[in-house]
Amino acid sequence: MQSREETNRSRKNYSLWLSAWRRLRKSRMAMFGLALFAIICLGAIFADVIAPYPYDFQNLDETFQFPSAKHWFGTDSVGRDIFSRILYGGRVSLQIGLISVLISVTIGGSLGAIAGYYGGKTDNLIMRTLDILLAIPAILLAITIVTALGPGMFNLMLAIGVSSVPSFARIVRASILSVKEQEFVEAARLSGCNDAHIIFSHLVPNIMAPIIVQVTLSMALSILSASSLSFIGLGIQPPMPEWGAMLSAGRAYIRNYSHIVLFPGLAIMATILSLNLLGDGLRDALDPRLKN
Amino acid sequence: MACVTHLIRALRISEQVMNMDEKILEIENLAVEYRTDDGVVKAVNGLDLTLEKGGTLGLVGETGAGKTTTALSIMRLLPDPQGVITSGSIKFAGKDILSMSKSELRKVRGKHISMVFQDPMTSLNPILTVGDQIAEAIRLHEKISHADAAVRAQSMLERVGIPANRYSEYPHQFSGGMKQRVVIAIALACNPQLLIADEPTTALDVTIQAQVLALMNNLKHDFKTSMIIITHDLGVVAEMCDRVAILYCGEIVEYGSLEDIFERPEHPYTKGLFSSIPDLDTKVPRLTPIPGLAPDPSKLPEGCKFANRCSMRMPECVKADPPVVNLDNLHRVKCLLARGKDAKRHATLG
Repeated sequence: MQSREETNRSRKNYSLWLSAWRRLRKSRMAMFGLALFAIICLGAIFADVIAPYPYDFQNLDETFQFPSAKHWFGTDSVGRDIFSRILYGGRVSLQIGLISVLISVTIGGSLGAIAGYYGGKTDNLIMRTLDILLAIPAILLAITIVTALGPGMFNLMLAIGVSSVPSFARIVRASILSVKEQEFVEAARLSGCNDAHIIFSHLVPNIMAPIIVQVTLSMALSILSASSLSFIGLGIQPPMPEWGAMLSAGRAYIRNYSHIVLFPGLAIMATILSLNLLGDGLRDALDPRLKN
Repeated sequence: MACVTHLIRALRISEQVMNMDEKILEIENLAVEYRTDDGVVKAVNGLDLTLEKGGTLGLVGETGAGKTTTALSIMRLLPDPQGVITSGSIKFAGKDILSMSKSELRKVRGKHISMVFQDPMTSLNPILTVGDQIAEAIRLHEKISHADAAVRAQSMLERVGIPANRYSEYPHQFSGGMKQRVVIAIALACNPQLLIADEPTTALDVTIQAQVLALMNNLKHDFKTSMIIITHDLGVVAEMCDRVAILYCGEIVEYGSLEDIFERPEHPYTKGLFSSIPDLDTKVPRLTPIPGLAPDPSKLPEGCKFANRCSMRMPECVKADPPVVNLDNLHRVKCLLARGKDAKRHATLG
C-alpha cells in the first residue's frame, strides 16, 4: 500500500512530455529512428570537425574515385570528397526540411483549424482560397515565389513551405471536424472557454497523430523539392553542397560511377526513415490512451 | 424510514418557502425554433418557469419534448445558426441572459451556471488528465496560479469521492461512474449558483446511479446550488426534486411541487406517465402505456397537443389551445378538464 501510494505520488510529477518520453523509450523502432536522426544531425552540426576535406576542395587528379580509405564515399566529377560534401550538405537539407515544414504546419495548421472549427462561410473562404493554391502545381508555385523573391536559402524554405500549406490545412481541417462534434468540446464551451482556447488546448492536442505523420512525410518531400529547385538553379547555389543537388549533378554518371548518386540518395533515405520511425513512435507516445 | 424521508422533505420545502422571493431563474414565454432545410421545428412553445434559490426543479418529458433545448437556451448554446429563440425572456439572478454579449456570457458559463451532460464517456477530453481539466475550469474564471488551481482541483476530487492522488490520471483510466463524478467536480469547481444536469444518470447503471444521485444531493446542500435536473426517470425526480415540470411538445403541461405531481396529478399526460411505470405495492398484469406518438414538432396541431393521444379527449380539445389553470399558487395545469377546479378549491379553502 505504501509503495503504491509512493508510485502514485511520483507519477504526479510527470508532465505530458515527460510521460510521453517514458513511453517513447519503450519503443525500439522509435529509439532507433531517434538515434539515427541524432547521428545525422550531429554529423551536420560538427561537419567542420569531422569532414576530412573542405566541401569545395577540388582535386582534378582524383576525379571519379570509388570509395576507398582516403575518400570514404569516393569523389565526384571534379574530385571533391563526397563524404565531406554530404556532411556539409546535411546542414542545408536538414534546415530546409525542418524550417519549411515548420512554416507549412503553422500556417496550414492554423488555417485548417479555423476553417474546421468555425465552418460555414469562414470554412468556404479559407478552403476555396487554398484550392486555388492547390490548382497551381507545387513546383511551379515554388519557382514563382523564388523568382519573385530571388534565390537564397530562406526564400527557398518559404517557397517550399507555402506550397505544402494546403495539404496541412486539409488534414487539420478534416481531423478537427471529426473531433469538434464530441461532447467535451461542448462541455469546454459550457465552462466558459473562448474559441482560441478550445481550438488550441482541446482540439489540436487531440489531432496530433495525423499531424505528426504528415510532418514526417512532408519533411521528406521538402528535401526533394529543394533539390528540384536547386537543379534548375533557383535553390542552393553551387559550390554549396545540398543532397538533392548532388543527386541531380551525379545523375549523368549513374551508369559508370553510381556511387556519386548512391551516397546522397542514402543520406536522404536515412533521414526520411529515421523521421518516419520517430514519427510513428511519437504518435503512439503522445496518445495517453495507449499508455501501459 | 418513509416517515423520516417525509420529514426531511417537509424541512426542505419549509426552508424553500423562506427564500421564496429570491428567484435565481425566471423564464417567461420562451419559444425556440430550429430552422432546418426541411422546415421549421418548434421545439419550445411559450414556456414559463421560475426557480427559487436553493431549489431543485425536475424537467420531465419524453424524447423531443424540448428539455435539452430549454437547458441550452439558458446557457445560450443553441446550435448556431439553426436554433433561434423567437420570443420570451430568460432572467438569471435578475439579469437578462438573452441580451448579454459573448464575453459576458463566457463569464456566466461555468462560473454562475454550469451543466452536466448525459454521457460522461465523451464529455471529458481524452488527452488531458482529469486534474488538469478541473484546474482549467477554475483558472478560466479565477486569476490564481497553476499550483493553487491544482490544490483546489485535488480538493474537488476528494469532495466527489475520488482520491486526490488520481489527479494525473487520464479519463480512460476511470470507470463510467467515476468519470461522471469528475464531470460533476468540473461543474461545481467554481461554485456555481445554478447547475443544470441533463440526464446525469441515464448512461450509468442502477447502483452507480444511486451513488451519483446521493453525491449530487450532498453537494447541493454543501454548495447551496440551485439545480435543474432533466430526466425522463420519475424515480430520479422523486429522489432529488422539490419542483416538477412536465413537458410535452415544448410546453409545460403540468407544474407543481413534488407532492402535487406525484400525489395529485391532474393532466391526463402526467397520469399516463405514472400508469406506465411499475408500482411495487400494487400488482398489475400489464402496464398501461400512453397510446400513439408525440406529434411531429414541425406540424404541431392547433388545439391541445396531447389531444390525439388523450383518453379523456373532448371535442373542444382540438379547437383551441387550452388555457393554463392555476389550481393553487404553485400547481398549474394546461388542460380543459381542470377548468373550474381552481374556483372550487378556493371556495373550499375560503
